[in-house]
Amino acid sequence: MSLSLQNGGAPTRALPSVTTVHATSGGNQRTTRPITTGTSVLGIKYKGGVMLAADTLVSYGSLAKYKNARRLVTVNSRTLIGASGEYSDLQSISDLLVSNALEDRCTADSLYDEDNNEECAGEVWSYLRAVMYQRRNKMNPLWNDVVVAGFRQEPDGTTTDTPFLGVVDKIGTAYEDDVLATGFGAYIALPLMREKYRPDMEEGEARALLEDCLRILFYRDCRALNRVQIAKVTKEGGALVSEPYELDTYWDFKGYVTNKGEIGTDGGW
Amino acid sequence: MFRNMYDTDVTVWSPEGRLLQVEYAMESVKQGSACIALRSDTHSVIGALKRSVSELSSHQQKILEIDDHLGIGIAGLTADARTLAKWMRNECLNHKYVYGTAMPTGRLATDLADRHQRTTQTYVRRPYGVGLLLASFDKNGPHVYQTCPSGNVHECYATAIGARSQSGRTYLEKHHETFPTCARDELIMHALRALVGCISGDGELTSENGSIGVVGKDEKFTLIEGAELQPYLDRLELEGGNNGGDAEDEDEVEAEEKEDDAMET
Repeated sequence: MSLSLQNGGAPTRALPSVTTVHATSGGNQRTTRPITTGTSVLGIKYKGGVMLAADTLVSYGSLAKYKNARRLVTVNSRTLIGASGEYSDLQSISDLLVSNALEDRCTADSLYDEDNNEECAGEVWSYLRAVMYQRRNKMNPLWNDVVVAGFRQEPDGTTTDTPFLGVVDKIGTAYEDDVLATGFGAYIALPLMREKYRPDMEEGEARALLEDCLRILFYRDCRALNRVQIAKVTKEGGALVSEPYELDTYWDFKGYVTNKGEIGTDGGW
Repeated sequence: MFRNMYDTDVTVWSPEGRLLQVEYAMESVKQGSACIALRSDTHSVIGALKRSVSELSSHQQKILEIDDHLGIGIAGLTADARTLAKWMRNECLNHKYVYGTAMPTGRLATDLADRHQRTTQTYVRRPYGVGLLLASFDKNGPHVYQTCPSGNVHECYATAIGARSQSGRTYLEKHHETFPTCARDELIMHALRALVGCISGDGELTSENGSIGVVGKDEKFTLIEGAELQPYLDRLELEGGNNGGDAEDEDEVEAEEKEDDAMET
């Protein structure tokens, strides 16, 4: 079965069509469940930028299959995406965005300097929304929740200094917020982030908060890993993704050590 | 137009390496009434001369709004232009739905040129008999683009198409260095002055046959016609130039006379 996100060319680009090849056995095959999956992506706005965080594990069912997979991707000099869900679909989305950007660069023909032709985060987010929704209507979704980070733009497309953080899910639901989390992180990390979030957070504070959340997710989410990446978009520096690194963990908490299962309390392990 | 062996359809080359059907289509742009466009650092302006079929009919619309940030001026077959305008409106709407922002003019102009080009290479089609001027304001600032039936597209600081447009172009070439710093109304006046030169014989620029479209920073695409155009025409009158031969300084009269000669041969 071939699953192609057609790209390039004006009409196809607005609504990338899905070509399904009929299997010899008859009938079409769709993605009915994700196979190789990444878990939570976290995102937070801070003073002067936006930060994303994700671990580098890609699971095959419950098997921790790839432990150095990068799930945070730069789309252009000032836009980042991060995705949980099917990893191959993330690769497909990333290829699509990169080739669209390449086409823009190659076909741009203007009397003006050509440094303002990149899509803004809001445009990437809105575009992904259209792609995801169209795919779900074909009953063949891209199985991802995608977080998009960058800077907000005016209706005409001019970039501003205001950070932008939005998410698109596998059926095309899209919304923005100051803090976002996908996957299991939406249950475990989001309440913690909402509690600690302030609009005027320093970069260091935001980073510490995200690392704490990732560590807690590693403790509680069986598909998470302590090997992580952090990425940020700032006005001056553009989009930057860190190399994967490992978080310190502490396993001597009483609840982790004592088996309370036998003494009639609320459990423990 | 003389008879030619190589002009029976668009896909036939002449031995001189020309596509005569395409050139005929370009000819229909030259027959259309004049249309000029220019821009400053903040605004783009289109000006056009509207024609009426008879005394008792209305004037043909020459400037069409495509989107909040974009309008076109047309010279040539109006019906063809309306088809293209409908498609362009659709493209802009599509872009707004998919990306949430205004369509970049460059992309629309390139796609439009591709559409023109397709017809010049397909046996069953005929080229669009219309030239378009696009005036817009997008994230890169104001733009003016010119397209023609052959599929060529140019971005311009200022340009003119249509009948007797050469004198308008001469005016624009002479004054273009001052355009970047022009205020909105100043730019409109330049458009009107350039238009005056394009009027045939002893005709006059009036609120009936004149038409201006303007778009810019913090201003959506706006048509200025009829009573709204009158104040600008009054100002033009005060400067002393509201018909073809009556330009404000002598150099210009000379220049325009030369152009008139050129046009008549």
